[in-house]
Amino acid sequence: MFPIVYQRQLSASVFEMGVTAPAIARKARAGQFLMLRVDEHGERIPLTFSDWSAEEGWVRFIFMRVGKTTHQLSHLVAGDSLVDVVGPLGVATHVEGLGRVAVMGGGVGAAVAYPVARAMAEAGAEVTVILGARNRELLILEDEFRALPIKELIVMTDDGSAGEKGLVTAPLKRLCEAGEIDSSMAIGPAIMMKFCAATTKEFDVPITVSLNPIMVDGTGMCGACRVSVGGETKFGCVDGPDFDGHAVDFEQLMSRQRVYSDIEREADADFSKECSCHL
Amino acid sequence: MSPVEDAAAEKPRHRPSRAPRTPMPERDARERAMTFDEVGLGYTEEMAVAEANRCIQCKNPTCIEGCPVNIDIKSFIAGIIEGDYTRAIAVLKERNALPAVCGRVCPQEEQCEASCVLARKGEPVAIGRLERWLGDFDLSCDLEHRCAPVVGEPSGRRVAVVGSGPAGLACAGELRRFGHAVTVFESLHAPGGVLTYGIPEFRLPKAIVQAEIEMLEVMGVELVTDVVVGATYTLDDLLGEEGFDAVFVGNGAGLPMFLGVPGENLNGVYSANEFLTRVNLMKAYEFPTYDTPVARGRKVAVVGGGNVAMDAARTAKRLGAEEVFLVYRRSEDEMPARREEVHHAREEGIEFKMLCSPAEIVGRDGFVTGMVATRMELTEPDASGRRAPVCVLDSDFTIECDTVIIALGTRANPLLSQTTPDLEVSSRGYIVTDEDGATNKPGVFAGGDIVTGSATVILAMGAGKKAAQAIDRWLDATKRS
Repeated sequence: MFPIVYQRQLSASVFEMGVTAPAIARKARAGQFLMLRVDEHGERIPLTFSDWSAEEGWVRFIFMRVGKTTHQLSHLVAGDSLVDVVGPLGVATHVEGLGRVAVMGGGVGAAVAYPVARAMAEAGAEVTVILGARNRELLILEDEFRALPIKELIVMTDDGSAGEKGLVTAPLKRLCEAGEIDSSMAIGPAIMMKFCAATTKEFDVPITVSLNPIMVDGTGMCGACRVSVGGETKFGCVDGPDFDGHAVDFEQLMSRQRVYSDIEREADADFSKECSCHL
Repeated sequence: MSPVEDAAAEKPRHRPSRAPRTPMPERDARERAMTFDEVGLGYTEEMAVAEANRCIQCKNPTCIEGCPVNIDIKSFIAGIIEGDYTRAIAVLKERNALPAVCGRVCPQEEQCEASCVLARKGEPVAIGRLERWLGDFDLSCDLEHRCAPVVGEPSGRRVAVVGSGPAGLACAGELRRFGHAVTVFESLHAPGGVLTYGIPEFRLPKAIVQAEIEMLEVMGVELVTDVVVGATYTLDDLLGEEGFDAVFVGNGAGLPMFLGVPGENLNGVYSANEFLTRVNLMKAYEFPTYDTPVARGRKVAVVGGGNVAMDAARTAKRLGAEEVFLVYRRSEDEMPARREEVHHAREEGIEFKMLCSPAEIVGRDGFVTGMVATRMELTEPDASGRRAPVCVLDSDFTIECDTVIIALGTRANPLLSQTTPDLEVSSRGYIVTDEDGATNKPGVFAGGDIVTGSATVILAMGAGKKAAQAIDRWLDATKRS
């Protein structure tokens, strides 16, 4: 059992949770993920680290309430526990020798962008962070990013309720045009990463994307997470989750992410019906 | 002197029965295609005794050489004949920590039973079914009355075992007999490896696997789930700050192979590993009671001809598929699956499409709608006697299906070797060992699929056991003075 030691709600549907997992905390690196199971009937889901402390022996992750498992997670608080947490999995994000870099975090992807931007800055990169959200209410970790030793934080919202109105690709394009970045990284919904990749492609600025395909074991055993990169099939869990954004087949990724959406919606609806606390 | 007279001279009281081989009761084919309950129902005591009495108790029992772990088959059968089941089980467990498992999944027809003297003229003794019956008899007893192999005096040495599949469990049990403290690390949330995630419930009930593992825990084996060695700990961590004196690596088969044809990443295309893991480990057949979903295809094409392909096809049928096709590029004679599995699959209505090779998987809106296959023919046998499949020109045809399951085997998992650069691996990523399982890295031993590539449960168990003996010798040689 992995005791939950920390929980906070970041927006109406986004939560941060911390669990005691000393062995994982000692090894965690930016960009890596864990697999967890809520209870004995639960599925295994991958969640990328948002923070960790090797000294204190905990890891944290941020999730959006979208299906049954995240619904269940959102009801747990400090003092509860998870049956399984395993990691750190995946290849850590490359953060060394990047020069001037733009890091885009879209929606809940900001959770992953946070330790990535921090690690890049610590490794000596000049980091510009662009956060994107649909509106102010869904914008997360703004204060935490402001506290990092980064060059600039740009906030974008679809409705202009915080920062500038527009998509993260607008400031990204400005940076590319002005020749102010050497490389970039995008973490967020597949569609957002796809457009970031298209934007940087125009200027030949390299872009790394952190993919979030469906996984079962997370250790290379099942191949559920396969993605096409440069025409080759790769496994998101052991070859990724980071890939060259200019080579990823995003259409296929998005299609594969939807494979169970119909049956899972039913399961979540059934669960929500039984669960009266948020009716 | 004939073998019969030979045996009679040795044990005058035993008069072998000349009855035909005792069949094992099975669940009806129509009934079982709808349920995950076990197909084989096992012998009754009466049947077991009748079958044991067919054994002629030869002076030089060749069956023992046919067993990869050299179980003293003659003695355990003698135990059944004489009604001394406790002794029979003890004999079995002397060599095999998981008899109820091996009695079910070992290819006995190629091993002990193929070497049975009776097989020369007729049907061999059903050694596998007797092993299964004894194993089940033992498991049916209360834990304190079950046969627990004797654990050695504490040696003060600690061994880490990576992976709780057949190799790791066999190694752990053997190490306890030598008195070493053993911790088994499993990356998944449940122990058992392929016995748990791979082999379906209807062929190997998970309660049996759990009960056999429970016995190892009674012997003092410590099991730790949710640890990926190569990620949570490196091998060097285990030998360093975690304080282990030696490590056995039995982390098993790795990344599933795919065909490399267009359309392979469409929704509805699974590796057999994924399909079976969802169903067996995650219990997707009980969705939504369990949260993990799996596609319940109406028309399912399974690609491959091994035991895993049979398991996947029969599982798809049980999930409610109207039609399940088995697509294999050679003919039935070349299929590597056990005859018994092929027979069961046919009985359950799996349709065999032999001499067909998938050329493309086609779909609509991201989901599979069919598979284009090319007809194959076999060449004349070459010098080694092998017949190669070659394409028949312009023979492509389409199999309509909504699910495709690829069962082509696996490659080595890179997680452990990537984080252990000084561990020697082959060009294909498998760990290189000597015949006792020692790697080039001092104190590190390996066995099972991570050394040999995909093989059988019993070969992995044999490798684990052999490595345990080598580890014991190594620990002895490196004793701190």
